[in-house]
Formats: sequence, C-alpha cells, structure tokens
Amino acid sequence: MNRLNVELAVGVFMIAGFLCFAYISIKLGDVKLFEEDTYALQARFGSISGLKKGADIEIAGVKVGKVTDIALDGSRYEALVKLSLNSRYKLQQDSIASVRTAGVIGDKFISIAPGGSEEYLRAGDSIRDTESSISLEELISKYIFEKE
Amino acid sequence: MMSRIKKRIETIGDLTLYHVEQFGRMGVFLAICTCHFFKPPYKIYPIVRQIRFIGAGSIFVIGVTGAFTGMVLALQGYYTLTKFGSEDLLGSAVALSLIRELGPVLTALMVIGRAGSAICAEIGIMRTSEQIDALECMAINPYRYLMVPKFVAAIMSLPLLVFIFDAVGIGGGYLVGVILLGVNEGAYFQGMYDSVVWKDVELGLVKALVFGLLIVWIAAAKGYYMHLERSPVFGAEGVSRITTNAVVLASVTILIWNYLIGAIML
Repeated sequence: MNRLNVELAVGVFMIAGFLCFAYISIKLGDVKLFEEDTYALQARFGSISGLKKGADIEIAGVKVGKVTDIALDGSRYEALVKLSLNSRYKLQQDSIASVRTAGVIGDKFISIAPGGSEEYLRAGDSIRDTESSISLEELISKYIFEKE
Repeated sequence: MMSRIKKRIETIGDLTLYHVEQFGRMGVFLAICTCHFFKPPYKIYPIVRQIRFIGAGSIFVIGVTGAFTGMVLALQGYYTLTKFGSEDLLGSAVALSLIRELGPVLTALMVIGRAGSAICAEIGIMRTSEQIDALECMAINPYRYLMVPKFVAAIMSLPLLVFIFDAVGIGGGYLVGVILLGVNEGAYFQGMYDSVVWKDVELGLVKALVFGLLIVWIAAAKGYYMHLERSPVFGAEGVSRITTNAVVLASVTILIWNYLIGAIML
C-alpha cells in the first residue's frame, strides 16, 4: 500500500464520517449554525400544569417559537412563562395565549390567537390575555358533581 | 486437611493479588501512553496509517452492520407500533435507538472484532518474537512508536464510524419502513427531526470517544504484557490465547461502560 492510497482511503473515510456527523447533528440534533433572530415576551397563567421548558409556541398550528423559562410568581401565585418568538412574527397587544394539549395524551404547547389591535407587542412586553391549561380531571369532576 | 485448606486460601490470595496487579499495570500503561501523547515531536503519518487500518478499513463492515440493524429496527418497531396505530413514531424509534445505544455499542463491538484483535495479536507477536525488546535496544520508545498512533487513531475514528453507522442505519430503516412497509415518508423523517435533540447526539459522541480509548487500551495492554500473564505461554498458542482474552474483556467492558455512561448522562 503506497502513501497515496493510504491518504486517499483515510480521506474518503474522514469525509464520509464528517458528512454523517453533520447530517445527524444539524438535521436531527437541532444544532443551529445561523441563530434565527428572536424576541422575548412573557405571559402569566393561572395554571400551566404539564407545560415544559422548550415547549412549542404555535400560531394557527405553525411553530413560531418556544418556551424558554417557567417560574412561579411568588406574590400572585401565578405561573410566569418566558416566551421566545421568531422576529418575523409580530403579535398584536390583545393576542391571547392559551396552554393546549396536542392530542389526548400529547405534549402541552402554547397556542396564540392573534388579536385585532393596531398596537404590536415589543420585546419584553407581557401578553395580558391568557387561558390556563385545561385539566381533564377537573372537567370530569365538575361534570360529575354538578349533576347532583 | 489443614494444609489443603491453607493451600486454597493461598490460591485465593494469589489470584486476588494477580488481578489487582494486572489492573494496576494496565493503569500505568495508559498513564505512560498519555504522557507520550503530549510530548513533542508529533508524528502525523503513523497516525494516518492507523486511521486507515482502524477507521477506513472498517467502513464496509460498519455499513453492512448499520444497514441491517436499521432495517431490523424498522421491521420490529413497525410490528409493535402498528398494534397501537402509531406507525408515525417509527422514525423517532429507529433514530433514537440507533443514535443513543445501538450505534456506539455495535460499532465498538465490530471494531473490537476487526481492529482490536489485530492490535492485540500484532503487539503480542512483537512481544513473543522479542521485537519490542529490540526496539528498546535501538532506543526507540515502544509506547511512542507503537501505542500512541493507535490510541489517537482509534479515538478519532470511532466517532466517525459511529455516525456512519447511524446514518446508514437510518437509511436502512427508511428502506424497510417507508418503501417496504408503507409508513408515510414525511412522518418517518419529521418524527425523527422532532424527537432527536443535540443531547442524544452528544451521548452517542461521548460513548464513541470512550469506547475508542477502551478498545485500544485493553487490546494493546493485553498484548504488551502477555509475558506477565499468570501462566505465560509463548509462541502461536500464547498469542491466540491472549487475543481471545483481550476480545472478550474488551467486549464486556464496552457493555458495562455503555450502561455507566448512559446512567451518568441521562
């Protein structure tokens, strides 16, 4: 095996390996080479039971951002959710954020219904109108006990 | 009677000492190799030759193993998932099990079979035919000359082989799942893109790096110290015995470490 063949074989191997690595990490592993511009908003919810950090934010079913942080507002006992939205999408000030479930047992996500206001939310603003997550248990117990 | 019991206890102590000593020897071996790795001058070409042997030479084996692993995952996954009407999860099931577990482990086992055994036999033969002593006589450091290129080459090659395995496996899963069994193509790939995150890829990468180190460490150290085995046999039989030992030990170690890394990084 002369020198050229060795180098050729190693070169082919390395290129194949790095291509596979690139495919798996960028396409599958969500590594962003070019970070998309985002802006931060926040929203308060009465209950976000089941919502996790990293959950999707959707408008009309299209993913527009994700949840970056979840904390409890100690003074008002409300959930304070920080949202990161793609800068391409602007939200009206009277948009409504609600916690929804994908399917019956799917993940929780935040769905935003656009409003009609002329004013748009800027980075750091809060979404005022929110809907808490719907608890199936609560609904069932309400149904059962209100029957009596 | 007493003397027989005494002899038994002696044997137990002897065996314990021997194994602890061997463990220590392998640790010292790794430490010396690490020291020589950091010492200049750095020779690139021996590393390239080893990458050709360990990495490039394994592409075919890894490709075939990966393709059939992905295909059987799709087949069995489809069989199970279709009972719950959730074939759409096939892509994520195939990709996650390949990237997190099967890719690193099977690649490591194939590399042990192909390259680990060869490394152990090569160094074992050099030891029995006193070539290592000859190197020392010529003031060539055997660690530096023989071991370091193998370590570097394995640690560089294993991750690449693992990613080739994963990618080929995903392709094999596509072939069986989408083309033969009729799972929706979009669901296969989108399910995969949605469920695999960087943490999974990172886990596979860490496993590959650790396995690369372990394979060369065990194979090379076993061959290098074959004259210090408990009942040393030289010549062809000794080499065959030590190679068998090294392959078994390396395979078992890989599976144990696979669990440990999985538990730590979960």
